Amino acid sequence: MALHRGRGFAAINYPIGMNLGGDPSQALVHSNPDGKFTVALSAIDLGQGMKSVTRQIAAETLGVPVEDVYVDTADSDTGPHDMGSFASRGTHRMGNAVIQASQEARSVMLEAAAEELEVDAADLVTDGRGNIHVKGAPSRSITTMAASQAAQFKQGRTIAGRGIFLIPLSEVDPQTGEMTPVSCFAHAAMLVEVEVDDETGEVAVLDMQSAYEVGRALNPKLVEQQLRGGAWMGMSHAIWETTEPYYPSRDHGPEDFNAYVMPGPGDLAPHHISVLERPAPDGPYGGKGPGEMCANPVLPAVVNAVYDAVGVRVDDLPVTPEKVLRGLKANGGAKPRKAL
Amino acid sequence: MAKKPVHFSHNGVERAAFADDGQNLLEFLRRGAGDLSPKYGCGQGTCGACTVMIDGETQLSCLVLAESIDGKSIRTAAGLASDQLDPLQVAFMDHFAAQCGYCTPGMLVSARALLERNPKPTREEVMEAISGNLCRCTGYEPIISAILAVAEGRAQA
Repeated sequence: MALHRGRGFAAINYPIGMNLGGDPSQALVHSNPDGKFTVALSAIDLGQGMKSVTRQIAAETLGVPVEDVYVDTADSDTGPHDMGSFASRGTHRMGNAVIQASQEARSVMLEAAAEELEVDAADLVTDGRGNIHVKGAPSRSITTMAASQAAQFKQGRTIAGRGIFLIPLSEVDPQTGEMTPVSCFAHAAMLVEVEVDDETGEVAVLDMQSAYEVGRALNPKLVEQQLRGGAWMGMSHAIWETTEPYYPSRDHGPEDFNAYVMPGPGDLAPHHISVLERPAPDGPYGGKGPGEMCANPVLPAVVNAVYDAVGVRVDDLPVTPEKVLRGLKANGGAKPRKAL
Repeated sequence: MAKKPVHFSHNGVERAAFADDGQNLLEFLRRGAGDLSPKYGCGQGTCGACTVMIDGETQLSCLVLAESIDGKSIRTAAGLASDQLDPLQVAFMDHFAAQCGYCTPGMLVSARALLERNPKPTREEVMEAISGNLCRCTGYEPIISAILAVAEGRAQA
């Protein structure tokens, strides 16, 4: 009876969003009389940071400080239509819609400022700190607040913009089944090290090394946060979590957190993350979206590592002690692929 | 249904409120005392989202009878900040130790209780202290880092 170490590798392509039924998101942007902007979305921030990222995107496009943008989400009764926060589509789909809406609002804001400054709107630039000025002549300037108030109370203009990003429904070729369900892929590769106990069948993940390609990391801290938490969830799905561990009877399944097995803070594996940035041509400022794919490479990498360690190929997740022990029995004991 | 008056200290303020027969402390705090910081997660003492301190000890408020706290001192996440944030709250933000935030109040209470009985915990002691608090988003590592940063005096006050 012994502990066996093994290494496993996996690489994935992960689709951003899914247009099997068409995949639109809308955004509405408008200025308020104080010169600040509201972005209305119907997609929800689940904690992944969509409000932060769309706020950055709106501020960058409008040319105003990020503090001057408020993102209002998640009232699908009153907000513009959105397919929702799923399929890792938030940054990509909503971000593109926010850019389009912000561009329209920005052009009206510059027209309002041009009227006040008595110049051509095409000659105006923003400094990102709340001012609009004539290109090359910073002293001929007006604040975004003054421009908004002039539009609101003098000129009778609405500084507002509409945005939609639609990946249209992809038709399926009836002869070949060929279609284009996805326009943008993120990528990841992971190497994990595991230890398998051939007496108990238990698997422990000892170390994870990963590289994630996420387009441009629009908010690097949020990206790292998602990758770290998501990979932990992937590890949990690989060797712990299932609603039906005690086959064959469903009656023996877990009904609460007492019986639903999840790793706790004592079961962490060190995770060394590299973020690779290859801006996506159709992404907002090059962003794709880490989303679900942060969990995905962990599962095949762990399964491969278990095979490397003891020669047991588990093809049904999660890799529970019972499956490992059955595999060991069928193989006549542990058959490490190589001595590490 | 009979109601019992309960006198208790709530985050340092002496209060009295009526508890229903059999009402648990979580419901009493949220509905009776208006403190929404303890969260209802599982309602059976396995997730830790409802963690509060009773006379300095962490307890799962969903498993405590409200009337049993008569004369006792309750501290919740809502009472951690005074005129400024608790160093743990600052460290949780600096270390991105929350995503959806549902476990955060319970985590903060568990961490505060740990640091009060053991100001210099090891990493293992931190993991032990939060082992009753489930988190789905962070993978725990940022939370452990935040608590250790406060314990080691690295966090900004």
